[in-house]
Amino acid sequence: MSLTIGQELPPRQFKITRDSLVRYAGASGDFNPIHYRDEIAQSVGLPGVLAHGMLTMGLAVQTVVDFVGDSGKILDYQVRFTKPVLVDAKTGAVVSVSAKVIEIDEDSKTARIDLTAVCQELTVLGKAQVRVAI
Amino acid sequence: MVNPQIEGKTYPRTVSYLVGREKIREFAKAVFSTDPANLDLEAAKALGYSDLIAPPTFAVVIQERSLTTVLADKEAAIDFSRVVHGDQRFIQERPIVAGDELTSELKVASVKTLAGNYMVTFETQIFDQKDALVCTAISTLVVRGEA
Repeated sequence: MSLTIGQELPPRQFKITRDSLVRYAGASGDFNPIHYRDEIAQSVGLPGVLAHGMLTMGLAVQTVVDFVGDSGKILDYQVRFTKPVLVDAKTGAVVSVSAKVIEIDEDSKTARIDLTAVCQELTVLGKAQVRVAI
Repeated sequence: MVNPQIEGKTYPRTVSYLVGREKIREFAKAVFSTDPANLDLEAAKALGYSDLIAPPTFAVVIQERSLTTVLADKEAAIDFSRVVHGDQRFIQERPIVAGDELTSELKVASVKTLAGNYMVTFETQIFDQKDALVCTAISTLVVRGEA
């Protein structure tokens, strides 16, 4: 795989619906009701149901996985959760992810790729860095 | 809200978790993965893996088992209703593969206060059945202070 510094990977858009949240709750075991019940989300001061931060983290990295072609090449992955992703009951939410090559280390055969994840013009992940084997 | 004295505390090794092939497929679909190495046994084997490999954030399932122990610990006194996930990192020694029997050991790496909130950082080491380190999961929970 040839990468160059500054290279942008093909961006991805992920449509998250309430169904996606139920599916992720079941798959991950995170059944916090703020991810599927509006009245509970509102009772703790949130505008409504939010996506699991770990769902956003999990789908954003797929932008890199698609490009490198093997999940096993992801060596180190970190994010900061900066803004919640609100998921409307009818229209859902769209998370747009772009990825850019920041560093290439020929000695360790790794590269650092940074992600930008945006939902409704807000950056939802900060310091989103992926180290991949090249 | 949080007992700052738990900084440095370690929690005992969890009972083992057997990673199932269908669990990997289920998790992969939930995170919108289309990676054949997560979904198609032949494709995973063609890449040299013994079975399906898990998506990069699957270790959260194992980390969660250790975190549950901390949240139930009266000494830690963490008010779960005030907890927000601050940040997360997974450092992989190798991918998690179906058939792995994983245990985890959690350490409270730090407890800090910032603007009236507590930031508690946990470091969870995940081991396989041969006791080799598979992944280190680092998670910071923000425990919101009284408004």
